[in-house]
Amino acid sequence: MAITSEPLKDLSVAMVTEPVTMAQWLLIAPVVWCLLVGAVLLMLRKHTWLQPLIAIPALAVLCLLDGLLLAHVMVSGPLTMTMGSWLPPFGISFTTDSLGALFALTSALVALAAGVFGRTDVDDTGRRYGFYPFVLLMMAGVSGAFLTGDIFNLYVWFEVLLIASFGLLVLGSERAQLDGGAKYAFLNLIATTLFLVATGYLYGLFGTLNMADIIVKAPELRSSAPLMTLVTLYLLAFGMKAAAFPVNFWLPASYHTPRLVVSALFAGLLTKVGIYALLRTLVMLFPFERTGLADIIAIVAAATMLSGVIGALAQNDIRRSLGFLIISGIGVMLAGLALGSAAGLSGTVFYAVHSMVVMAALYFAVGLAARINGGFTLSAGGGIYQAHAGLAFVTLALFFSVAGLPPFSGLWPKVILVKASLDVGAWWLAAAILVTGILTTVTVGRIWALAYWRPAPVDDLTRSASEHDAEPPQPVRLPRGAIAALAGLLLLTTAFGVWPEPLIRLSQDAAIGLLDPSAYVLSVFPGEVPR
Amino acid sequence: MEALFALLVGALFTVSIYLFLSKHIIRILMGAAILGNAVNLLIFTAGRVTREVPPIIPPEFDVPQSVVANPLPQALILTAIVISFSFFAFLLVLGYRAYQDLETDDSDEMRVAEPVDDVPPPLGY
Repeated sequence: MAITSEPLKDLSVAMVTEPVTMAQWLLIAPVVWCLLVGAVLLMLRKHTWLQPLIAIPALAVLCLLDGLLLAHVMVSGPLTMTMGSWLPPFGISFTTDSLGALFALTSALVALAAGVFGRTDVDDTGRRYGFYPFVLLMMAGVSGAFLTGDIFNLYVWFEVLLIASFGLLVLGSERAQLDGGAKYAFLNLIATTLFLVATGYLYGLFGTLNMADIIVKAPELRSSAPLMTLVTLYLLAFGMKAAAFPVNFWLPASYHTPRLVVSALFAGLLTKVGIYALLRTLVMLFPFERTGLADIIAIVAAATMLSGVIGALAQNDIRRSLGFLIISGIGVMLAGLALGSAAGLSGTVFYAVHSMVVMAALYFAVGLAARINGGFTLSAGGGIYQAHAGLAFVTLALFFSVAGLPPFSGLWPKVILVKASLDVGAWWLAAAILVTGILTTVTVGRIWALAYWRPAPVDDLTRSASEHDAEPPQPVRLPRGAIAALAGLLLLTTAFGVWPEPLIRLSQDAAIGLLDPSAYVLSVFPGEVPR
Repeated sequence: MEALFALLVGALFTVSIYLFLSKHIIRILMGAAILGNAVNLLIFTAGRVTREVPPIIPPEFDVPQSVVANPLPQALILTAIVISFSFFAFLLVLGYRAYQDLETDDSDEMRVAEPVDDVPPPLGY
């Protein structure tokens, strides 16, 4: 167990005297930076004008740090920093490979866009309640979860991002927010507690919490320890966090209640942390058990994507529709996890990156549209195309992307996943992905036709007086920062769609790193013979 | 000793799941408090219960000479206690604010975010 009875052979190896390299500092930098800036912003809470001026450049620096980290990992492989230079597994390790660094960079880009968008979307009250400190602290949690190499530490980062997300969710304390927030909070508490239960069992079995150490020890424990139970618990806990079908009802109950920019952030980041954790535990740590659960994961994936899109089809509120579309996307990502092949996993990674960018951008676009016609309902919507044709086209582009139509980024991961499903003969999984694509097209097509394309309903009382004039409506001025944030994300999804090779290569790299973690293990234990 | 603790953990989980199945926020809150303690005890038991042997290493040795109490699960539990306590404090306030604003603590009647009489989307253009 945790206590070694035989004396250590040579204690001198434990005396690490070589200094920590700059690259290793880079690994911990995103987390430290976010916590530091978050603390500063918390102290400057009352200076609401100062908040975005500090937070937005800080988020840009975070993007830079994550970009440098990804570049470093791509060039020289997985990177490890163990706190206090204790020999792993005794110190807590931060380890990242291209998967973690890629997700961290994408989440930082989405957070930057949200920070810029929030400048005009969050008023003084929201800032005084601490919008920007919460965003920074949530990013600390998200970055920490993507970069850590210790499973208990992963739990801690989950809790950090969760408590910050609670703060963001109830920002403003409206009735709907308190209602949605209560359901979100309780169900997520159960999910993280299940995660903690599984981690407690894991420690009892392995006597270690370091992921690389678990990879090394899993094969010899497999014959005697109930690893399948453990992995099923992880699947349930992270499935709940990722909003997989039957345990996803907290998402549609809460994601439409907070401020729009908060919804966008949540849509982009939170469920993907669950997907990331599923990839890490099920594929990298326990690949053998994942094979045993593959059928269940595949059924869950198909149920998630179909139930999600059918839910989206049934909503009158566009924000609630988008919430269900997030779930549908999670189903597509789970399909790759169920397949477990390098192609399937790379499809999952690509889709996760695509989904982070596009879902956040969609919430931005819908938020801007609501500024024009003042609402989110389909029954009273319309007139966006007349008032602001540019926004209508941008939204159409994003709708194409989320439905998986070319030339945007949704196409490629679906192609990869359908091909990977057909390669192993899982025709029904491929069919589920394609049917989901068609139903998503119907859903977003209807939203666009009703809320954007058709003229504004004449008898609508909620419209502003200026639109009642007989002359053609004046183009509505939208805040520049918000447009810039939306345009940035649109550019990303178009770039991924038109020129997907770099991202495909990166996601394949990440998938291979998950399937063969010897480089990951070597980075934590230099000299250890990988399995 | 571990078997006894395992039974106790099981009992605590049973109680908390029973409370979680209730419609009332206040009972769910109690369930959350008990759940946190159940998990802490679970981690403690998973780290093996060793009594009255402090993890002190004699000066002439490098490792403990007998089976000693394992300090790591205690560190884990300490972290988990802090987190579950802060969560519980937040949830208490959230539950109370929801009760104030929604005027109910029955989760069946908390339908502001997802109204029962929600209109379906228009069927025609």
